[in-house]
Amino acid sequence: MKKVFALALFASFSLITQAQGLPEGQVKALDGTWVSTETITNEGGPMIVSFWATWCKPCLRELHAYLDYYEEWQEEFGVKLVAISIDDTRNSPKVPNMVTSEGWMYEVYIDENQDLKRSLGIVNIPHTFVLDADGNIVWQHAGYSPGDEDHLYEILQKVVAGEPIEE
Amino acid sequence: MKKLLLIAFLFIVAKNSFAQQTQSNWGELHGNFQFDGQLYLRDTLIDPSGEFYPNERFLGQGYANLVYSKDKFRAGIRYENYQNVMLGFPEGYRGEGITYRFIQYTDKNFDITAGNFYEQFGSGMILRAYEERGLGYDNMFDGIRVIFQPIGGIRLKALLGKQRIYFNNSPGIVRGIDANIVLNELIEPLSDLPTLIAFGGSFVSKYQVANDPFLNLPENVGSSAARIDIQHGGLTFNTEYVFKVNDPNADNGYIFRNGEGLLANLSYTAKGFGALLNFKRVDNMSFRSDRNGSLIEGLINFLPAISQVRTYALPSLYQYATQLNGEIGIQFETNIKIPRGSVFGGKYGADLSLNFSNAYSLAKDYYAASDTLNRVKYKYKTTEYFKFGDVKYWQDINVKWYQKLSKSFSMTLTYFNTEYNSSVLDDGLDDEPQMETPELTNMVYVHTAVAEFLIKLKPKHYLRTELQGQFSKQDRGDMAMVLVEYSISPNWFFTIQDIYNYGNPIARDRIHYPLGSIVYVQGTTRIQMSYGRQQRGVFCVGGVCRVVPPSNGLGISITKSF
Repeated sequence: MKKVFALALFASFSLITQAQGLPEGQVKALDGTWVSTETITNEGGPMIVSFWATWCKPCLRELHAYLDYYEEWQEEFGVKLVAISIDDTRNSPKVPNMVTSEGWMYEVYIDENQDLKRSLGIVNIPHTFVLDADGNIVWQHAGYSPGDEDHLYEILQKVVAGEPIEE
Repeated sequence: MKKLLLIAFLFIVAKNSFAQQTQSNWGELHGNFQFDGQLYLRDTLIDPSGEFYPNERFLGQGYANLVYSKDKFRAGIRYENYQNVMLGFPEGYRGEGITYRFIQYTDKNFDITAGNFYEQFGSGMILRAYEERGLGYDNMFDGIRVIFQPIGGIRLKALLGKQRIYFNNSPGIVRGIDANIVLNELIEPLSDLPTLIAFGGSFVSKYQVANDPFLNLPENVGSSAARIDIQHGGLTFNTEYVFKVNDPNADNGYIFRNGEGLLANLSYTAKGFGALLNFKRVDNMSFRSDRNGSLIEGLINFLPAISQVRTYALPSLYQYATQLNGEIGIQFETNIKIPRGSVFGGKYGADLSLNFSNAYSLAKDYYAASDTLNRVKYKYKTTEYFKFGDVKYWQDINVKWYQKLSKSFSMTLTYFNTEYNSSVLDDGLDDEPQMETPELTNMVYVHTAVAEFLIKLKPKHYLRTELQGQFSKQDRGDMAMVLVEYSISPNWFFTIQDIYNYGNPIARDRIHYPLGSIVYVQGTTRIQMSYGRQQRGVFCVGGVCRVVPPSNGLGISITKSF
């Protein structure tokens, strides 16, 4: 039993080299309507998808840091940043509050029941993905350390140039 | 089960072997893995009698999740292992096994799940099944769920199942239906309206066999909820009311009183400004699929604490958790962006946040002991609905100032003023003795100041420091903390910290708690090693708290997701 499970796990690890996108599902927009993940796209450009929460300090540090570069990145790479909050009812009313007062120009959704987080295998937040123009996940990173924005810039350069990303 | 795994395995192998030729649509496989372990060292300073020192010396636990999605189909599985469960986690987790497995079909207007699932109706005050793995909280359902969207703007849900309690299912069965309507999506002429209106309702019922020799316990307990959500420009108002029929249980002392809850949020946002006002009133709203359950066991609903989540180490020693049996409170929060170039904003601007929250007992009268029937059956009656009661549970006032002073230096200054009713929040003392004898209330008054600095040394090299001071004449007394973290993006973190509880009223507890850790991150792999002493703490997520015993030792944590 355990062996089979271990094998299945092992085999599945080798699968991850394949191109994958965002799994199908629904997230809540800030106006309370439901949005299918299929419609979360960036026509012809790369997309950054970052999972965060109002109580997660590294997440806020990350989104704060990206804001300084966001306009430059948009111009240079045509990138779009989608910030998906996993806040529950205790804090989800604070999400619009935070987004507006922080002046974030990102597309923000709430993954209320954490279905998307589970489907993507996320353990802890922040957790950030980069998708190429075709919607394939080409890079992902757990956690945030100050200065990761420089690394992300290098990743975006490679994605736009169509170079493979190996880490 | 074995067959299922075998099929899954074969499928994955097949998928792999074809993957190179047909890069196309083989679906998506995501998953994660986590292992935590600690080697405990005997430390007579924090634990003189050895009561917290585990027999195993080394405790470890881990899990792995796999979720496979292809088009409209999704399936997943989780294996968990506790050998044995780590200190501070619920002790009900013992052993190992497959705890989570499901298959799901989703299309544009139809979604059906068989097996385990997580779900939330409305704000969760009537039903919420969720997990917090770091807390050992998991009350997922094992059953069937259907979500149906007949036309745009209407979303219907129905579920039937049993909830997880550790490695078993709870004795009670839960049935629930939920409907939500977004008016502007439903009615075409309203779609251009600047005001968005949504409303919804739920009914949830549980069934548990009752064979109590003395009490005529209800086997079926129903609960209903109604909610409305209105948005106009930057102004949002939403509220939910939930009512539950009598549900004698271990939390309320097996009384036959009905339960109710009311939650209301009002918020306003404009560029650079946000303000939020919450109100919450809860009366006898413990709702579990096992009436004898306690702590985290079999909770059907979720009553959010309306207070700020505390993340700094010292202030997080005092956290608020919702009192299921009854409470009333408010929260106010505002975030203001101080513009660049202004007097206070400086070159880069600044952020100011203010937060106030409180919680009290309900205004109520207890039935006299001479009125035996009412006393036994209902215990108390509430008097004025919106009045705050005589026993104060909690109050928090905090102010935060964030400012970037130069390209390589930013700071966050925070002050917390806390009133913490330790009799209620730590000891679970009832309101009645405190109403009669206010001296019984053990109120802890705490001031905390935190200064956090982030310094860029060179590209990708950062130094982050936290200086924390916490001052109180009660409980643990005064303490100070220093934390220094050196990070090299994107791979390394080195952290050392020391907490010195120099003002503890008990002389022998005036000790240092040094802790060092190294974290290595590579993509989605994270390896953390830590060594040192940790003080008795409280760990809270989403209004549920658990006490973490003091410990000393070498810890390791590995997480990977893909």
